[in-house]
Amino acid sequence: MPVTYILVLSALLFSIGVYGVLARANAVLILLSIELMLNSVNINLVAFSAMLQESGIPGQVFALFVITVAAAEVGIGLAIVILIFRNRSSVDVDEMSLMKW
Amino acid sequence: MTELIVAAAEGGATRTGFFTQYMWLVPLLPFVSSAAIAFAGRRVPSKGHVFGILAIAAAFALSLAGFVDLATEAKPVEQSATWFQLGNPAGSAEHGPALGEESVEGGAPGTGFEVGFGIHYDFFAALMFVVVTGISLMVHIYSTGYMHGDDRYTWFFSVLSLFTGSMLFMVAADNLLQLLVGWELVGICSYFLIGHYWEEKENSSAAIKAFITTRIGDIGMMFGIFALFLIAGTFNIAELNLAAEEGLIGGIGLTIACLLLFAGPIGKSAQFPLHVWLPDAMAGPTPVSALIHAATMVVAGIYLVGRTLPLFEAAGVALDVVAVVASITMIIAAVLATLQDDIKKVLAYSTISQLGYMMAALGVGAFTAGIFHLFTHAVFKALLFLGAGSLIHAVHSNNMSDMGGMRKFMPHTYKTFIIGSLALGGIFPLAGFWSKDEILGSALRHALEGHWSAWVVFVVASVTAFLTVLYMTRACIKTFFGEFRGHGHPHESPGSMVTPLWILAGLSVVVGFLGIPVIGPFADWITLPGEEHHAFSLGYNLILPSITLLSAAAAIYVGYLMFYAQKIKINMIGGPFEWLYRFVENKYYLDDIYLGGVVRPVQYPLARAAYWTNQHILDGIVNGTAAGTLSAARGTYEWIDQGTIDFMVNGAAGITGRSGGLLRYIQSGNIQRYAAVLFAAVAIFVALLALT
Amino acid sequence: MAETWQLVIFWLLAVIIIGSAVRVVTTGNLVHAALYLVGTLMGAAALYLLLLAEFVAWVQVLVYVGAIVVLMLFGLMLTRAPIGKGDFDNNQRPLAGVVALAVFVVSSAILVDAFEGKEINLSTAADPSVEALGEAIFSTYVLPFEVVSVLLLAALVGAIVLARKD
Repeated sequence: MPVTYILVLSALLFSIGVYGVLARANAVLILLSIELMLNSVNINLVAFSAMLQESGIPGQVFALFVITVAAAEVGIGLAIVILIFRNRSSVDVDEMSLMKW
Repeated sequence: MTELIVAAAEGGATRTGFFTQYMWLVPLLPFVSSAAIAFAGRRVPSKGHVFGILAIAAAFALSLAGFVDLATEAKPVEQSATWFQLGNPAGSAEHGPALGEESVEGGAPGTGFEVGFGIHYDFFAALMFVVVTGISLMVHIYSTGYMHGDDRYTWFFSVLSLFTGSMLFMVAADNLLQLLVGWELVGICSYFLIGHYWEEKENSSAAIKAFITTRIGDIGMMFGIFALFLIAGTFNIAELNLAAEEGLIGGIGLTIACLLLFAGPIGKSAQFPLHVWLPDAMAGPTPVSALIHAATMVVAGIYLVGRTLPLFEAAGVALDVVAVVASITMIIAAVLATLQDDIKKVLAYSTISQLGYMMAALGVGAFTAGIFHLFTHAVFKALLFLGAGSLIHAVHSNNMSDMGGMRKFMPHTYKTFIIGSLALGGIFPLAGFWSKDEILGSALRHALEGHWSAWVVFVVASVTAFLTVLYMTRACIKTFFGEFRGHGHPHESPGSMVTPLWILAGLSVVVGFLGIPVIGPFADWITLPGEEHHAFSLGYNLILPSITLLSAAAAIYVGYLMFYAQKIKINMIGGPFEWLYRFVENKYYLDDIYLGGVVRPVQYPLARAAYWTNQHILDGIVNGTAAGTLSAARGTYEWIDQGTIDFMVNGAAGITGRSGGLLRYIQSGNIQRYAAVLFAAVAIFVALLALT
Repeated sequence: MAETWQLVIFWLLAVIIIGSAVRVVTTGNLVHAALYLVGTLMGAAALYLLLLAEFVAWVQVLVYVGAIVVLMLFGLMLTRAPIGKGDFDNNQRPLAGVVALAVFVVSSAILVDAFEGKEINLSTAADPSVEALGEAIFSTYVLPFEVVSVLLLAALVGAIVLARKD
């Protein structure tokens, strides 16, 4: 199949993730949207790996690493969200604008 | 040209003198001693007079040595140094060709002038040196006694030395500018010395009167000097004389220049009408009067006219003016001398009269006679003044009405004073006889040659001779004979005062013989090139002197009758000629004319105008400038610094602040807003990158 | 023939993935959003299977779905997520839409422009085995592997430090 299909798919998924990051008010939902973006990247990597078929399949290896990093990042992110919730009793991002003018 | 001048003056001189090379020391020594006394005088036990006497004695010895050198066939000396030049005075090594000369020396004509100082030492200068240093030495020794105990003793001696040095500097001058400098210096020294007892207002006023009156003459003299420079191109006296003799300069220009130049001697040598300061100058101490107003400063004018006589002779009319002015001076002063009570004033008017004699002699071209009279007059007038000083010291009063019968108390003073009076009166064989007769003879000769001004001189001089003897007789009788009319017990003066009297008295007897006509050496020494010296003639050398002697004897007899025996009484008060008496008594109202006509207009309106100008205009300008500067400064501060620069600086800060204030709203604190902007920017950048 | 089936499966998976993703970012129910994410992730795993990356597919399911989504649910619960419908959109939806659209347009345009005409030939593609993957990781990419391990450790420690109650 033409690789462009998969690429457009991943681009679409990425932009949906962007929308989610920008438009959602709940911190956990933002994290979910970030996962979407990471997944789109993974799809891209695997597609390229299949297209190029290099020895050592770097695409898939990189995809594994991305998954690992995503896991780490979610852990930290949620820890922070919980901390914020503990201090402010809310995870509404709109309310967290202390650094405003 | 220098060589030409020197050759013309040399006559028979052949060798280079030993001492004549060092004559520049003679003015220098008194200057040095003046400074030494001024700085160190107070700390020395002698209070400074030792410096002065030593210096003057050395200068006197040197002057004598130089005179002897010249007398023994040494060459006159001219040494000079240039101080500065303006323009280009010398086209070549010499001073370029002067007026009309061909450029034989190959130089282009000069277009500037040189200012320098130097010494022109010939017989005339040598004689003046001897006279000045000699009289100054006598006065110095006399002053140690007369001024003893005075508060300003040291200052007195310092200025005395300064005066001597200045006079010598002036006499030695080889150019008119240096002469002018010396002239002014002696003027200021005279001011200091006349005003020595300045605690009394009349003394300081007399000093100012002397200074200002001579100053008026000096202005004319300065213009005369400049005029001479304009027509001749040089200040050098020898060159000027040569130019006049050779006819290179002349005409109306020279006449005017000479008349202007003569204004200086009118002031300084107390000729009519600027003679008014001399009687009042008697307010100074008597040694000062003896030195300055008898022997030295007042003869500066005679010296100047004598030095530049070739110029006057070439100018024609100027010489007649000199003769007439001198004659007027002679007679009016002699008349006034007969009416004075103050003995110093008698001598002062006598000095004016004798100065008139000298000037008249020059006015008829009798250079030798005039200078000879200068020489002899210096000796016996100094003697008379010092004698008067001795009398005043004893009686503590200047007035003859406080004296009388002094011959009993002060024999030395009496004898020397009589000798001096006889010399002044022109009694054979004392000094004045020879010099006065020379003048009368020359005047008659000149008159017979057809010069009208010489007749004036002859007649007036004869009458004045009579009057001279008359007033001196009166002075002697009133002072030394009769009963003592004063207070206290006068006694003879100390040796320091009497010794110079005897020395001068001896000189008065002897000095005249130098100038005996035909055989005396004076005529060989002091002469102008081209002056005639006549052989022995019966009329001039026997008959004329006899007539003058007879008139002198008659004057003594008349004086005796009038003042001793009281046989003749002339009382004009109450008579028809009282106005004449008053006129003469008030010194011909000259002083009043000067006061009302010259002093008061300057003092009140002019001074007030000057003050107004100063306060309103000059001060106004200064204050206005200050105010202007202040307001400019304020304007700069307010408008430029505060208004513009600070405005810009503050404005920049304000803009930054305000724009920051506007821009801060971007910081919404909303992370998602930031993220949105971030993504949008990335998208735009990528698009741009992809498209380019 | 095989090509056609691949395309059909691909399109199917694409629909699932995109559909679930859209629901993730638009639903009003928090737990539903997490569950829709599961759908997306599963679809992605299936896509990996299609693209001959079985190990990655299984790791995806294990880690992403099994761990990460569960972690999200934990997070939701710990932060007292409201049960049921709610409004979780902030007020910059239009801007977000515009930005997302711009990103999509730009990135897809570039990608399509760059990879026009390239094909993935799944028929002739070699099927990489787990063995090959393991070899690759532990020989060529051992350094990144170690670094990622350290990263995980740091994340672990960091999470504990951050979230502990003091």
